Amino acid sequence: MSDVIDTKRAKKQALGPYGRVGQTLDELDDRLGLARGGRTFMDKIFPDHWSFMLGEIALYSFLILMVTGVFLTLYFIPSSAIVTYHGSYAPLDGQKMTQAFASTVNLSFAVRGGLLMRQMHHWACDIFVGAIVIHMARVFFTGAFRKPRELNWIVGSTLLILAIVNGFLGYSLPDDLVSGTGIRIAYSIILSVPLVGTYLAFFIFGGNFPGTAIIPRFFILHCLIVPLIIIGLVSVHLFLLVRQKHTQFPGNGRTEKNVVGSPMFPVFMAKTTGFLFIVGGITALLGAFAQVNPIWQFGPYDAARISYAVQPDWYMGFLDGALRIWPSWSFHSWGYTIPFEVLIPAVVLPGLIFNLVFVWPMLERKFTKDNEIHHLLDRPSNRPKRTAAGVTMLSFLGMLFIASSTDVLAKFFNLSLNTVLVSMRYLTVIVPILAYPITYRICHEIQALHGGGRRKTPNVVTRSSEGEYSATPSPRYVDDVPSHLEATPVPTYIHEDPEESGDGGVRVVDR
Amino acid sequence: MTDEHRTPVSLSGLPANDPHLQPAARNPQLVERVISVCFIVGTLCIAGFGACYWIDAQAWKLGATLGGGLLFLGIGIVAWGKYLMPRGPFVEERHTLANSEADRQAFAAAIVERGGGVVQRRKLLGKLLGGGMGIFGIVAMFPLLRSLGPLPKTTMQHTDWRSGSYVVDQSGRRVQVGDLAVGSIETVFPEGTENSDRGQAVDQTVLIRVSNEAFTTMKGRETWAPHGYVAYSKVCTHLGCPVGLYEQELQLLVCPCHQSMFNVTNGAVPQFGPAPRPLPQLPLYVDSSGYLRSQSGYHEAVGPGFWERS
Repeated sequence: MSDVIDTKRAKKQALGPYGRVGQTLDELDDRLGLARGGRTFMDKIFPDHWSFMLGEIALYSFLILMVTGVFLTLYFIPSSAIVTYHGSYAPLDGQKMTQAFASTVNLSFAVRGGLLMRQMHHWACDIFVGAIVIHMARVFFTGAFRKPRELNWIVGSTLLILAIVNGFLGYSLPDDLVSGTGIRIAYSIILSVPLVGTYLAFFIFGGNFPGTAIIPRFFILHCLIVPLIIIGLVSVHLFLLVRQKHTQFPGNGRTEKNVVGSPMFPVFMAKTTGFLFIVGGITALLGAFAQVNPIWQFGPYDAARISYAVQPDWYMGFLDGALRIWPSWSFHSWGYTIPFEVLIPAVVLPGLIFNLVFVWPMLERKFTKDNEIHHLLDRPSNRPKRTAAGVTMLSFLGMLFIASSTDVLAKFFNLSLNTVLVSMRYLTVIVPILAYPITYRICHEIQALHGGGRRKTPNVVTRSSEGEYSATPSPRYVDDVPSHLEATPVPTYIHEDPEESGDGGVRVVDR
Repeated sequence: MTDEHRTPVSLSGLPANDPHLQPAARNPQLVERVISVCFIVGTLCIAGFGACYWIDAQAWKLGATLGGGLLFLGIGIVAWGKYLMPRGPFVEERHTLANSEADRQAFAAAIVERGGGVVQRRKLLGKLLGGGMGIFGIVAMFPLLRSLGPLPKTTMQHTDWRSGSYVVDQSGRRVQVGDLAVGSIETVFPEGTENSDRGQAVDQTVLIRVSNEAFTTMKGRETWAPHGYVAYSKVCTHLGCPVGLYEQELQLLVCPCHQSMFNVTNGAVPQFGPAPRPLPQLPLYVDSSGYLRSQSGYHEAVGPGFWERS
């Protein structure tokens, strides 16, 4: 009996201090040389500020998009062939529709879990684009895009465009009455390009609108080509992030030469994995309780029919708004037409906006003559001009977004469409112009406030027996705040017995 | 490469009672209990999701159990990381990304001197290869584009309405002069196209009866609307949506996409909104048997603007 135990112990000892895990790691290191890089990666520090999780929302909603999207591709048929519907959704029984529409209705009603997956996919997309925009706003207003991170700003902005494009492509696939109208508008926007517009439209759609080519083409773009580019660029985005390390807010021992926070393993890994679950959970709950894009209520696409109150997904709203409020100025002469009423709001305007976004880091470098490396973030109020410029752009886009519901506003406020449209035209110009000086002023006011933006510790007010009042900082917040500790490198070893470890200092060992 | 050339790895140790290694929570036992509850509820929800899937429950039950499960598990994991793991703060040095001047020069030299030198010495070859690749690029693009679709030619300029086309409704029935009451509207097509994609998209026309007698929408169109039947292209001149709403009191056709409004009695001139041009009007006549037919096709291209639109 004792022999058996001895053998076990001997075996265990032969494995070394870290047992089977250690042995596996040794085997891997022999072949791949993982140890050094792996350890550095485990020790990578992630700042603890909440605003750094906005990008994680985007990343995780993209994961959810891929998982739910793969599920949907198993049942969706990307075909414009006309079929007669005889499925489980009775109101549509006997109607003629494309296979794309019929298979979308089928996967919603006849496939187990299909409706939830479709709802989650649509919600995850809305969250994906939204999270990118908010993440971008964080990066912009805190100056995280400055040297050396201009490249990652450009990669991120490209990802926003791709997310919007792929959202539109996916939205168009079911070939329902609302999305079909969206495709019709997209066709007309392509037509508006001078000189080559007609050719472009014919090549993209395989002929005059609608044709039968567009659903399969959008399908391959939506499910393969654009996602592949997104995956590639997300990889570049994350690689650059690891290579250049995180930015951080100044204070509490955080400098240009270090990063303070939690290590990748296990603290950040726990937080971020949990966060993935939370994003997934919220998406599933939205999918369960908030109906989105009920295409069976809109019916199949028919170019000669239209549903009331046609509105795109939220991230296309600014384009739709611009198309609504831009005046009907068309150029027509010498036998040629330039449809400025479409070209400017739908092609030139988004082109200008995204180009401005792309070149902003370079513009700012030029105007501030600041060519230094920055790892510490700005408080937005300390950069009034940049903050005001950002608010101006966001308020401009916001007004365009509101303008995309002129008909809804007119109905809600019981005003004439004319009044709403004309006021939106004025507001879209006035609000951004006013936003700049107001934001600028507020930034200066915040700067002037003593200790502005810092969280104040609560005071405990006590009354003595003589009736005298005195205030002392709450002990709860004084004794125990981690920021009072000086940051330490991530320890390699943790000694259970404090005596054994001596002073717990840093030992440098040659390997 | 031997190990001596590598920088030494720093190994640091901390005693278990070091403040950096303590949990952030003031009451770890309580937090642990809360997290346990989260994990138990989360697991139960996920099991419930499995059960709902098994019995093919409604979508909202699937979503509620899956969402609840993920949410509770997620909150538990985040709380574990945030409150029970070493609170830090920990620090990592940031090394300058830029390399030494010597390294930079060596890198630039490798590219410019070695690569550039080779090309400089064989300028002709470089130019020939560059030209070849350029032409290959252009040629490769052309068949790709051309394979994607036909050339537009003049297909955008006209519709399938011809001289004498019968006006039919969506079911293909020919419209007769007594079919519509004054103030009624119908979507019509030239006979034979009512079921085709192109018919739906390009030929769609709104037929409105505005009065009992011949109606003139514009000077020169005196004969176009017999018995008060006015016909306009249904394709909006702004972005091509079907102009589907008819405001009978104001005699306006309204496009639901961007709210362009066209005056029915006045040649469909845009009265409001972003549409730049009137809807083209289709000249009609009533034949001897009382059927509505078109005198000719549209006199201009229908729908939104494009470069070649004359």
